[in-house]
Amino acid sequence: MSDITREAPITRAAKWFDPRSRTINMVGFILNRITALGLTLYLCMHLIVLSQLAQGPGAFDTFLANIHNPIFTFLEVLVVTAGFYHGLNGIRIVLISFGVGVRYQQALLISVLVITVVVSAVFAVHMFSF
Amino acid sequence: MSAIRWTVTFQVFRKKGEQASHFDEFKLEVDPDEYVLDGVERIWAFHDHSLVYRHACHHSTCGACGMRVNGAEKLTCITPIRDVTQDGGVVRVEPLRNFTLVSDLAVDMGVMYKHMDLVGQHPVNLDTNEAIQPEARPAGPTVDRPDYLRLSDCIECGLCVSACPITASSPDYLGPAVLAGAQQGGILGDAQVFHLVDSEDGVWRCHSAFECTAVCPSFVDPGWRIMDLRRQVIAESFRQLFGGSNPKETGSKEASK
Repeated sequence: MSDITREAPITRAAKWFDPRSRTINMVGFILNRITALGLTLYLCMHLIVLSQLAQGPGAFDTFLANIHNPIFTFLEVLVVTAGFYHGLNGIRIVLISFGVGVRYQQALLISVLVITVVVSAVFAVHMFSF
Repeated sequence: MSAIRWTVTFQVFRKKGEQASHFDEFKLEVDPDEYVLDGVERIWAFHDHSLVYRHACHHSTCGACGMRVNGAEKLTCITPIRDVTQDGGVVRVEPLRNFTLVSDLAVDMGVMYKHMDLVGQHPVNLDTNEAIQPEARPAGPTVDRPDYLRLSDCIECGLCVSACPITASSPDYLGPAVLAGAQQGGILGDAQVFHLVDSEDGVWRCHSAFECTAVCPSFVDPGWRIMDLRRQVIAESFRQLFGGSNPKETGSKEASK
């Protein structure tokens, strides 16, 4: 505890990830940032995977066969979860930033979380049975 | 007050100067309906006179006794001990976050007060250099003098600043208390305030965590006010885009809520 302006940027940057003694709103905020980081990482990996196409259809099919396992399927479910949560929460934030439904922002957040869980469960069932 | 007595351990944050921080423990026998500040004052009075903390009014008006109690921001003069612990339990008392520590439980809130001045929330009438009298304040929320509204609602306790995850990571952010003050005073009649609010470290730095609203003891609802400021800034920007006159410079004002 000291003057926060003197703290190293990395120390300050890590402070947002602390849900202790906070409300569900803080959990929503943290999830929004984690999903943003996750989706950015996924985008990079996706581009790397697509670069396999440059080595021909055979190499790409072999690569796809190698990653067709439960671990990668679980990771793909996480991408779907992150996409839905981040997208729906983004719509919520846009709405309340325009002054729409600010009083109901927590109910909107809970709705976003419930929809994300339900949609992720449906996707998980389909993806694991594929 | 009840006849029930609880034995509670107060864990109090201590730090003087450059010394390393630590917690001192004080076992107190308390009435559970006493307030956390009562316990802190008893520690100062009977156990350790070197304990530094801030307090004044004891009835949630001055905003001086804001601290973190068991991790959450509380106005300690109105926080009953039974609300934060149980018989045999612990009350962990720490200073507010996101302010410069003065000593032990006291923090320097000067930056917040300076920012309040920047958005037109002055402690004195700038024209006469006199303290603003309560009877001089307009009754309604629609006013022509934003400076008259200071302290009419927000008690400037700093709990919202401490709870805000963005202030924790971005020290230049104006913060929820200051932005709520700007919303109360109105932003459309003052170009300087408008540009300060409509800036990187103004309303657009907020990430809608609404922790400020959750901890505010005066029901100022800073989260809602920041969103209302955004709405005003967006509306004004659209108006400008389609050739509207510029009230920021002509001085007209939208009624604040």
